[in-house]
Amino acid sequence: MVKKSLGIKLAGLSLGIIGMLVNPQALATEVNLYTTREPRLIQPLLDAFTTASGIQVKTVFVKDGLLERVRAEGTRSPADVLMTVDIGNLMDLVDGGVTQALSNQTLEQAIPANLRGSDGRWFALSLRDRVLYADRDLPITSFTYEALADPIWQGKVCIRAGQHPYNIGLIAAKIAHDGIAATQAWLEGVKQNLARKATGGDRNVARDILGGICDIGIANAYYIGQMKSAAAGSENRAWGDAIKVIRPTFASNQDGGTHVNISGAALAKHAPHRDNAVKLLEYLVSPAAQGIYARANYEYPVRAGVAVDPIMQSLGPLKADSLDIAEIAKYRKQASELVDKIGFDD
Amino acid sequence: MIYGLRFSRAVRGVWAPWGTLLIAAAVLAPVAALIWHALNADLLHWRHLSAYVLPTALRDTLILLAGVAVVVSVLGVGSAWLVSAYRFTGRDFLSWALLLPLAVPIYIMAYAYLDILHPIGAVQSIVRGWLGYTHPREFRLPDVRNMAGAILVLGFVLYPYVYLTVRAMFLTQAANLLEAARTLGASRREVFLRVVLPLARPAWAIGLSLALLETLNDIGASEFLGVRTLTGAIYTSWTTRSDLATAAQLAVTMLVVIVGLILMERKGRARQRYANTQRMQPMRPRLLRGPTAVMALMLGLAPMVIGFVIPATYLVIQAGKRLRHSGLSDALVRALSNTVMVASVATLVTIAAGLMVAWATRALRESAARQPARALARLSSLGYAVPGSVLAIGLLTPVMLIEHFFGQVLGAQQLVLMGSTGLLVIAYTIRFLAMPIGAVEAGLTRVPACLEHAARSLGERPAGTLWRVHFPLIRPALAAATLLVFVDAMKELPATLLLRPLNFETLATWLYAEAARGVYEDGALAAIAIVLVGLPPVILLARAHLYFGPRH
Repeated sequence: MVKKSLGIKLAGLSLGIIGMLVNPQALATEVNLYTTREPRLIQPLLDAFTTASGIQVKTVFVKDGLLERVRAEGTRSPADVLMTVDIGNLMDLVDGGVTQALSNQTLEQAIPANLRGSDGRWFALSLRDRVLYADRDLPITSFTYEALADPIWQGKVCIRAGQHPYNIGLIAAKIAHDGIAATQAWLEGVKQNLARKATGGDRNVARDILGGICDIGIANAYYIGQMKSAAAGSENRAWGDAIKVIRPTFASNQDGGTHVNISGAALAKHAPHRDNAVKLLEYLVSPAAQGIYARANYEYPVRAGVAVDPIMQSLGPLKADSLDIAEIAKYRKQASELVDKIGFDD
Repeated sequence: MIYGLRFSRAVRGVWAPWGTLLIAAAVLAPVAALIWHALNADLLHWRHLSAYVLPTALRDTLILLAGVAVVVSVLGVGSAWLVSAYRFTGRDFLSWALLLPLAVPIYIMAYAYLDILHPIGAVQSIVRGWLGYTHPREFRLPDVRNMAGAILVLGFVLYPYVYLTVRAMFLTQAANLLEAARTLGASRREVFLRVVLPLARPAWAIGLSLALLETLNDIGASEFLGVRTLTGAIYTSWTTRSDLATAAQLAVTMLVVIVGLILMERKGRARQRYANTQRMQPMRPRLLRGPTAVMALMLGLAPMVIGFVIPATYLVIQAGKRLRHSGLSDALVRALSNTVMVASVATLVTIAAGLMVAWATRALRESAARQPARALARLSSLGYAVPGSVLAIGLLTPVMLIEHFFGQVLGAQQLVLMGSTGLLVIAYTIRFLAMPIGAVEAGLTRVPACLEHAARSLGERPAGTLWRVHFPLIRPALAAATLLVFVDAMKELPATLLLRPLNFETLATWLYAEAARGVYEDGALAAIAIVLVGLPPVILLARAHLYFGPRH
């Protein structure tokens, strides 16, 4: 008897565990967001969307393999919106056939034509410029990406891994401007100038400048907003206060724009909550949401006429490289091979 | 009695062989998918790889593996011998505290040390103060972001794998062998070199291979410390170049090399027998007093301080700073309960599956199915030899086929397995199955066949023999495997990240998300939580089974 009741208990327990282990039912008032972008960065946006629309946003942060996962899920995939922080990753989703075309006036009016796919398969939501961090006391006021290879900076340059998508984007843009041979020579020059291995993250550039390891380095601009707005006395604030930011340009480019990458999104091919997904995308380019992008994340809005954060304002207006953003994705593979070829990360 | 009988029928009859077959198939499915991906493309990219990537990646990987092997072997075998052969104040504490680095994720260790040893970090600031310098530009120590730094960081986190397996071996080791050697006039040093080390080899080999496979699995720490490994090359091919085929080709090549090395090691000791017919008892430790005892304590403390106390203290200080700002969020508490739930279920499933495979191999040892059973056990261990991120990608293909079946044949409206916690449990089991299989097998190698024959001739059935004769003898090894699986499942990142449900965080994914935002130190709370969840099992199992185990 005792054993039997134990058996029943065990059966109940296993059923309970199995119940926990399989997928719950989907709700009509929700939208599922798959993102390569850390969701807490955009949580204020998602919360504001839920308040405005009553639609719950469920997220899963899939750093790598977003394409593979959505593909494997097939026609029953719960994914509604796919979001990335790199144009290359976004184009991979488009080329991988997991997005669907969306013709939508709200989106088309808010986002300039060069920042969305002409077929409506992808949309940029914010711009992120890749800039120079320099020791605060250095007497430089302007800079070109090419100057990173100037021998006067030998042993003074810090940068994260060449294979990181942010650097691959920059190198791909250089290839698009000046061709592969010039880019290789440039990259070899930068490699010569490195103060330490090309590794770590973007904020490490500021920290290593403070630590005296290097004088200048390349990093994304929005980190400066995070660091300079950190609490006084915190490490982040100390790093941010040690540097100044200069927006470099490509020497060969007449209009003199700074390299930008994007964060962007697409409508998933088999989106089960298509209407909600469209509402979310429309919300993300609304003036309110674009303002949150600018003030909470220190990124640049894609929508015209949205004020940026004062810290970013102090850097002056952003003049983005006129290169077609999708062009960068095209040269990504060559950029990555170049990094291998010259042993940039070795 | 009746239950024992049923159980034995199950093992002899249908369950164990079929179960073993099913388990092996589950492990092989993602590997087969990888091979399929690898064959699905040409080898054009290999010209680029062999010219620019593989030479550096292979060299760095080999140096890293060799360095880590030396560090974990010296620390692991050395500390296991220290707490087994000697008795001194603090030894009982050390015998479990030496396991503590297991609770620290490798990338946390790397980050903590980079921060502590950075020119503006605590250590260098103090040194500058002593030397009278005011600014890091005037004086700074060499950067830790290099090969030596990576070897030390990985070595001090991973040595417990060797310590754990070798210590379990010492505990069940026949003391009489050592005594015999002493009686025959061997010095203590000779006993250690000629009796202890050879006897410890199976356990050492298993611990070492776990540590080295963890090294190969790591992407975060080595990338962070600027070491380009083969795993990093696989990852770059896949993520930066969107070239899954080449990544799969590299991964399969690496798998072949790993399997080759493991087979070589096994072949090397294939003719050796480790079984002992005497009653097994732990060696009688020698009492140390005075300065020697202090030195022994210092020696034992060093790996645990470097591998645990320093990074943990760093985390506590960082977490303290954050707690003042933000407090403990509900989301983090949810992540904590998710982690414990999934890791516990996965540990139970993995241990059960491992026992089934190892027992089936043992039970079929004298039957015609001997070779296939052994092969299945080897195949079932493959999951650990593939980096977690690659294994997770490989798992997507078989899961896709299963989902297709659910959808087309059974008419499921939603995904059943994909994006469920059940899939996470399956993934962890596939990945960590090598641990219980290895541990149980290593334990069984020291159980002589004659014990079994005696039990059988007294009328005991094979399963009964396994249950009543072998199980008590392999309990320490099994406890060790349980601990390893749990802490590794709890720390598992790449498969969790790719396969988890919507709105589902574990502590590891939470921490990773903070890191992805570029704010590692904000992840300190999650990192502390990982360490805290890892502590009770470490302490519990170490105390219950490792220390007291052999007396029963």
